[in-house]
Amino acid sequence: MSADKRAGEDRPKSPDKAADAPEENPEGALPAQREDLGEVIAVRRGMFGPRDGGDTTGYGGLVRTVRLPGGSSRPYGSYFDEVADELEGALEEQGLDPEAVIEKTVVDRDELTFHISREHLPAVCRTLRDDPALRFEYCTGVSGVHFPEDKGRELRAVYHLRSLTHNRIIRLEVSAPDADPHIPSVVEVYPTNDWHERETYDFFGIIFDGHPALTRIMMPDDWQGFPQRKDYPLGGIPVEYKGAQIPAPDQRRSYS
Amino acid sequence: MSTPQDTTQDSPQDAPQNTAAPADEFATGRETTEGTVYTVSGGDWGEVAEAAAKSDDEKIIVNMGPQHPSTHGVLRLILEIDGETVTEARCGIGYLHTGIEKNLEYRTWTQGTTFVTRMDYLTPFFNETAYCLAVEKLLGITDDVPDRASVIRVLLMELNRISSHLVAIATGGMELGATTVMIYGFRDREHVLDLFELITGLRMNHAFVRPGGLAQDLPPGTVDALREFIRKMNRNLPEYDKLCTGNPVFKARLEDIGYLDLAGCMALGATGPILRSTGLPHDLRKAQPYCGYEDYEFDVPTTDTCDSFGRFLIRVEEMRQSLRIIEQCVDRLEPGPVMVADKKIAWPAQLALGPDGLGNSLDHIRNIMGTSMEALIHHFKLVTEGFRVPPGQAYSAVESPKGELGVHVVSDGGTRPSRVHFRDPSFTNLQSMAAMCEGGMIADVIVAVASIDPVMGGVDR
Repeated sequence: MSADKRAGEDRPKSPDKAADAPEENPEGALPAQREDLGEVIAVRRGMFGPRDGGDTTGYGGLVRTVRLPGGSSRPYGSYFDEVADELEGALEEQGLDPEAVIEKTVVDRDELTFHISREHLPAVCRTLRDDPALRFEYCTGVSGVHFPEDKGRELRAVYHLRSLTHNRIIRLEVSAPDADPHIPSVVEVYPTNDWHERETYDFFGIIFDGHPALTRIMMPDDWQGFPQRKDYPLGGIPVEYKGAQIPAPDQRRSYS
Repeated sequence: MSTPQDTTQDSPQDAPQNTAAPADEFATGRETTEGTVYTVSGGDWGEVAEAAAKSDDEKIIVNMGPQHPSTHGVLRLILEIDGETVTEARCGIGYLHTGIEKNLEYRTWTQGTTFVTRMDYLTPFFNETAYCLAVEKLLGITDDVPDRASVIRVLLMELNRISSHLVAIATGGMELGATTVMIYGFRDREHVLDLFELITGLRMNHAFVRPGGLAQDLPPGTVDALREFIRKMNRNLPEYDKLCTGNPVFKARLEDIGYLDLAGCMALGATGPILRSTGLPHDLRKAQPYCGYEDYEFDVPTTDTCDSFGRFLIRVEEMRQSLRIIEQCVDRLEPGPVMVADKKIAWPAQLALGPDGLGNSLDHIRNIMGTSMEALIHHFKLVTEGFRVPPGQAYSAVESPKGELGVHVVSDGGTRPSRVHFRDPSFTNLQSMAAMCEGGMIADVIVAVASIDPVMGGVDR
């Protein structure tokens, strides 16, 4: 609706925010920032939620593709190029192919994200922590994300690493398919992730291989299912308010 | 085998049966008004008592909490003890898990503030501001937030820092048995809550900071109340120094307790007063300023003692620095809007207390109902459907009184968040409990946990 327009309006007064602009931006006044159109995470139909012909608004035929911001090409701007150079160099020194390790680099909203292939995550974290030019000595934990329609990459683990030495922050994103929800643990590198990985396991069912004691942390030990997954219902009961029945939150009309 | 307790608790109607039972040479009975009371002897009781007496080498595991006055809410400490010494300590959490992050995925972006304010319930404004900063980053409107809104956000956060630190000191003191500290702390916190009530209408759970600005401007009389508050706090804050800082008993309980050095903090991700008590002046307000913190003058207090006493001193000094910032906020308040100009994001209603007790401004209702059909539709769509946020993810962090409060939000382009994750400082800092407590005394566990200042609402979310 308004989102695309807004991002478009933003551009003239702050060119550094061009990364915000969606890739279908027609003006093309700025150099193309994206290598690709972005990752399709969902396709939405209709506008008001009903799936069984109940939508009489005429918006029922609407098809909208949801794309996350795609990979960026250099220069990334800010300190991002330096971090990327140092990381690639350090990986090469270890005999790793940066192109195989870093699947994609996304610069969006003034934030740098490295998409890391999951088998290399501990090596990348160790490099980021120990390399003097990088020194991301401090991890803010892991956040799970679930995109059920992104086949083969349904589950994501997102790490934010902060460097107090250089006063920088970057993001690592790792994906795993639903059928094989394994991601290597980084507790050995960042012990703080002990509880964070347990939490992400508890809510998303991502199994962090190598974690010292991967058990549930919030939910009871015998709980079935992983509550933060999109297919897990929120639950709730209808409530009566001023004589009307208000359905449970996950039964209400959803506009997206 | 029946124990004496079992027998005494027998109901009176069982008594005739008991008297009829054959006499046991190891359990002689005598009649009382409660029924027959047996004194159990012989059997293996002697062995049991003897074994218990020399069970030095056996593990004794004590569950402290989840319902215990000195565990800060529903925190369960699992302590393996040897005499008075804690040999191993673990936390059991999750007793206050309310699924806020899941719930957020079923509400509009604006409604999210109503939920996040309830996470760490002692720092509602930090939760709201961190969330709103993240949503604003996703929307790309960070620079459009009016100055007045940012100043008021800073003002509320610093007031909130004082109230949170006061609770930390007050409850920490109470757990030591220093009830005067508690009474002082809650007395002064009350002044802060009075200001919150004046400004937002609520003492807790405000939902006052909204994506794009604030729900409402400051009511009349706020500036006077703030000046009065600053005067009062300048008088009251030295009392904590007088009562505690030089107090030998207080110092004896806190000094060198809950030790965690810089390497430990880095590894365990501890932030806030715990990190600053190691001498590292890391404060996101200085390192990565938000809401215009770079324009305020304040110091980041540190100590190099790595212990609970250092954290106490830091909290007291941070309250003083917060007062300095509040003074600067009051001077900076310029008239102006408190919400972004973009009508696609800003809620149209100016709230006011109506005769029905609800918060809709009658002027606004008259306007949309009587003169502008478009405004009515717009209002309806914005409130029921909400605004859409372009797909992508953002991370924003604020320096809460407890440390780095980070928010990771993911949008799939809809009117509801796809994912909101709070990196709560209490959650991360609580992990360091084991490192602080193992090898110490049980009584020191209480002090160490109090110096972490965990709030279970934030830990469990």
